[in-house]
Amino acid sequence: MYKLKEGTIKATRAIRDVWEDLPLATAATSSEELMSIPALLARNARHHGQRTAYREKEYGIWQSWTWAEVEAEVRAMALGLVVLGAKPGDHIAIIGRNRPALYWSFVAAQMVGAVPVPLYQDAVAEEMAYVLDHCGARFVIAEDQEQVDKVLDVQDRVLSIDHIAYHDPRGMRKYDHSHMNRLSDVKAEGRAAEQRLGPELDARIAALGYDDTCVMLYTSGTTGRPKGVVLSNRNIIETSKNTSDFDGLNVGDEVLAYLPMAWVGDFIFSIGQAYWTGFCVNCPENADTMQDDLREISPSYFFAPPRYFEGLLTQISIRMEDAGWLKRWMYQRAMSHARRVGPRLMDGAAVGLVDRLAYALGDFFVYGPVRNRAGMMNVRVGYTAGEAIGPEIFEFYRALGINLKQLYGQTEAAVFITQQPDGEVRADTVGVPSPGVEVRIADSGEVFYRSPGVFQEYYKNPDSTAGTKDAEGWVATGDAGFFEEATGHLRIIDRAKDVGKTASGSLFAPKYVENKLKFFPNILEAVVFGAGRETCTAFINIDLTAVGNWAERNNVAYGSYQELAAHPEVMAMVQDHVEETNRTLAEDTMLAACQIHRFLILHKELDADDGELTRTRKVRRRIIEEKYADLIAALYDGTSTVTTETEVTYEDGRKGSIRATLEVRDAAIVPVAGAKLAAE
Amino acid sequence: MNELAPDTYTTEDGRTIGPPVLEMRNITLRFGGVTAIKDISFDIREGEIRAIIGPNGAGKSSMLNIINGFYIPQEGEIWFRGSRRPPMKPYEVARQGIARTFQNIALFRGMSTLDNIMTGRTTMIRSSLFSQALWLGRAEREEIEHREAVEKVIDFLEIQHIRKTPVGRLPYGLQKRVELGRALAAEPKLLLLDEPMAGMNVEEKEDMSRFILDVNDEFGTTIALIEHDMGVVMDISDRVVVMDYGRKIGDGTPDEVRTNPEVIDAYLGVSHD
Repeated sequence: MYKLKEGTIKATRAIRDVWEDLPLATAATSSEELMSIPALLARNARHHGQRTAYREKEYGIWQSWTWAEVEAEVRAMALGLVVLGAKPGDHIAIIGRNRPALYWSFVAAQMVGAVPVPLYQDAVAEEMAYVLDHCGARFVIAEDQEQVDKVLDVQDRVLSIDHIAYHDPRGMRKYDHSHMNRLSDVKAEGRAAEQRLGPELDARIAALGYDDTCVMLYTSGTTGRPKGVVLSNRNIIETSKNTSDFDGLNVGDEVLAYLPMAWVGDFIFSIGQAYWTGFCVNCPENADTMQDDLREISPSYFFAPPRYFEGLLTQISIRMEDAGWLKRWMYQRAMSHARRVGPRLMDGAAVGLVDRLAYALGDFFVYGPVRNRAGMMNVRVGYTAGEAIGPEIFEFYRALGINLKQLYGQTEAAVFITQQPDGEVRADTVGVPSPGVEVRIADSGEVFYRSPGVFQEYYKNPDSTAGTKDAEGWVATGDAGFFEEATGHLRIIDRAKDVGKTASGSLFAPKYVENKLKFFPNILEAVVFGAGRETCTAFINIDLTAVGNWAERNNVAYGSYQELAAHPEVMAMVQDHVEETNRTLAEDTMLAACQIHRFLILHKELDADDGELTRTRKVRRRIIEEKYADLIAALYDGTSTVTTETEVTYEDGRKGSIRATLEVRDAAIVPVAGAKLAAE
Repeated sequence: MNELAPDTYTTEDGRTIGPPVLEMRNITLRFGGVTAIKDISFDIREGEIRAIIGPNGAGKSSMLNIINGFYIPQEGEIWFRGSRRPPMKPYEVARQGIARTFQNIALFRGMSTLDNIMTGRTTMIRSSLFSQALWLGRAEREEIEHREAVEKVIDFLEIQHIRKTPVGRLPYGLQKRVELGRALAAEPKLLLLDEPMAGMNVEEKEDMSRFILDVNDEFGTTIALIEHDMGVVMDISDRVVVMDYGRKIGDGTPDEVRTNPEVIDAYLGVSHD
C-alpha cells in the first residue's frame, strides 16, 4: 500500500514536471502578460521555483540560486534602488564581469522602471566617461574597486552620477561612502523597506509595457563614437521566443556566461533566452578559470566568437604535437576519418556501416575525450558569429560531433538576422533568415532586414537612427552579401563601405582577404590595403602562441613579439601563407585582383588600448591607415626596409613608444588568365 | 624616535597602529666565534608594516629566524604581547600566531597550490591522526572548515586558476604568491616575509606590494619584512630597521632612515681611511 502510494506520488510529480517543462513558453503567453523581463522572472519563480537559475563558482565551489531565490534577491535590490531614489526613466550603468549579482541588477533596474546600461569592463576611464555622460547615468553598479576607481576618476566630468553601488567590498573600506554603498547593503535596505515601498514597486512592475525600453547597449563603434542602441521589451522577448523555438532551447539547458555583459549577445543568451525558457546561467570564477569552469559545467548551449575556436584548436594541436607517438598516431588517424564522415553524420546524411563503426570507435578513443577536454561534451547547440570562421576550423568541430553553427546578427537586430538550421550547416554561409525576420538585398549588394527585434532608436541621435532605419522599419546592416540561389542561405562578403574598387576597377574586398589570411594559425590579424590603388598590400600580425610554439620546437630564441616577428624564418613562413592565399584568390575571378603584392609583419600587436581594434577586436581601418601612414607608403614605394616609431598604451594607461626597422617583402602573384582575356 | 610615538596612533592613510606586539631587547646571536647579531633592540607595533633592511650578511634573515624560534639568541630577551617569551621551538611560535615565508621558496613542488596552502593550517588541526585516517565525522568537519579558510586565501590572492596546478610548474612570481598564501592560511597575527620580492620583475613586484598592503589592510595583520628593493621598502613600510654587520645603524620612518648618514654610508659605501 505504502509503496504504491509513494509510486503514485512520484508518477504525479513526473507528469507535473513534464507538464511544467513543456508547455511553459506557449501556455504562459495566453494566461499571463509577459511584457517584461521582471514578468518573466515572476513566472519562472512560480513555475520553476526550485530549479537552479544561476550558478557561480566561488571559493572553489559552485554556489547556486533557484529561480525563487533569484526573485527574492532581485526584488530586494529593486527596493533598495527605490530607497536610493531611482525613478522610472533613469539610466543605471552596470560595469563588471559576468556575475549573478550584476545580472540581477539588470532586472532590478527594470523593476523600478529604469534602463540598465551595461558597460565594457575593460574600457579605460575615458571611454567610460563618454558613455556615462551620454546616457546620463544616475546610478552606477560596479563590480569591484577597479571599476569604482574608474568611475570616480571621471566623476568630475559626469555630473549625472548620484550614487555608486559595488559588489565586491575588497579594498573599499576607506572610500567615502556618502554617495556609495555596498550592493548587499542596498539589498538589505530594500528588504527592510518591503512594507513601506513594496506596493509602489509592484505598481511600477505592473506598469512596464511591451514597448518600454528593456536595455540600452552601446555599440563598440568601428567608426566614431559608440552609439546607444535602445531595445524594447518586445525586441528582446519576441526575439528570444522565436530563436528559442528555432533551436528547441528549454528549461534543462545550461549556458556559461563569459562574454562581455555589455555585448548584445550576452544579453540575449544570458537574460533574454534564459528568462524566456528558464534555463540555467553559470558564471565562471574569474576570467582565467573559464576553461576549467567550462569543463565542469559542460554547457548544452554554447556561444563563442571564431577567435575562441581558433585559439582552442591551436591549443589542441599544440598539445597533440607534444603527445607521445601512439596518441599522436591515433589522433591523426581518427581525425582524418572524422573530417570525412563526421560532418555528414551530423547533417543526417547516409553513411556506410563500416564508416559508422569506425566513427563510433574514434568517438570512444579520441573525439569524446577531446570534446570533454574542450568542455563541449554536452553541447547540443553551439554558435559562432561576429567574424567569418575558417572552414578548416569549423569543420574540425563539426567532425568531432559538436553541433557548431553560424549566425549573423548585430546589436540593432537584438542579435538575430540569419542563422543555420540543424542539418544545413556550412562554413561559408550564415544561414537562412531567423524566424520572424525578413531580409532583402539592395541593388548595391547591401543587406537589409526587418524584424520584431529591430531596435527603437539610437539614444539622443535621431540623425543616425534615420540613416540606419527607414520609415518601414528596414535596417541597413552595412554588410554586402547575397543569397545563394540553390540553398537560400545568405553569404556575407564584407562591410559594404569597405568593399571598394582598385584603381583598375576590380572588386576590392579587404575583409574577405584578411579572413583568408587569418585562417592560418600563425596569423592573428591582417589588414589589407588597396582601395583606389593599383595593387593590394597587407600588414600582418603573427600569433604569438602558435609561432612561439614553433620557435620553441625549432630552437629559435626570441625575447619579444617584435624580435620573433622580424625573424627571417617567420618572414618566410608568412610569405608562404600569403602566396597560398593568393593562389586561392586567383581561383575566384571576382576577387583575383585582391592578391597581395607586398606585405610586412607589424612590430607590435594591434590592440584595443591603442585604438587600433574595437573592444570586440574588429580592425579600425581608418585609424590604422593614419597611424601607420609611413608603413603603407613603404608598401607602395618599393623600398625593402622601413624604420618607424609607434606610440603604445600599456594596460595601466601609461604611454610609451617602440622603434623598429621592418622588412617589406614581395609575394608571388598568380596571373589570372580570365581577367587578362576580359581586359583584352 | 619610537619612544616619542604614543601608544596608539593613526597613520596618514587611516590605519590604526597599536602598541608593540613584539619587542626584541638587546639581542645577540653568535655562531661559534662569529657574532651574527650584536646587541640589537627594536619593536614591532600592532598593525604596522615593519621593514628590516641592510646589505648582504647584515644578519636580517638571522633576525627573522630568531623571531620565529629557529635560532635561540645567546643574549637578550624577546617580549611577545607584553610578556617575556621563553625559548621556543618554531612550531610553538607558529601556534602563537607567527607565520613566515622564506627567502628561497620552500614549497612542496609536487603538490598542488591548494594542498600547499592547506599545509599552512597544520598547526590548527585538532582531530587525531586516527580519526583522520578513518575519515571520522570530526575529521571531515574539520577538513571542510580548513578548506573554506584556504579557499578564502586563494580568492584573496587571486590564484583560483592555479588551484590544482602542481607548484613546481608555476612561474617564480606565482610560487612566491602561493608561499604567501600558505603563511596567510595560518591566520597569523604577525607575518614574517623574507625577501618576498627577490628575483621578481617590476610588474610582479607591484602585484606583491599590493597584496602585502591588502593583507595588512584587510586582516589587520602585522607584517615584518626583509627586502632589498629600497623603492618598495620606502613605499610600503611604516617604519624601517637598518642593519649592517650585525649592528643596528638606523631605525625610524622611511624618511628618517633615508636621511640617516650612517645608512647612506652603508648603502652607498664610503672610504674608511
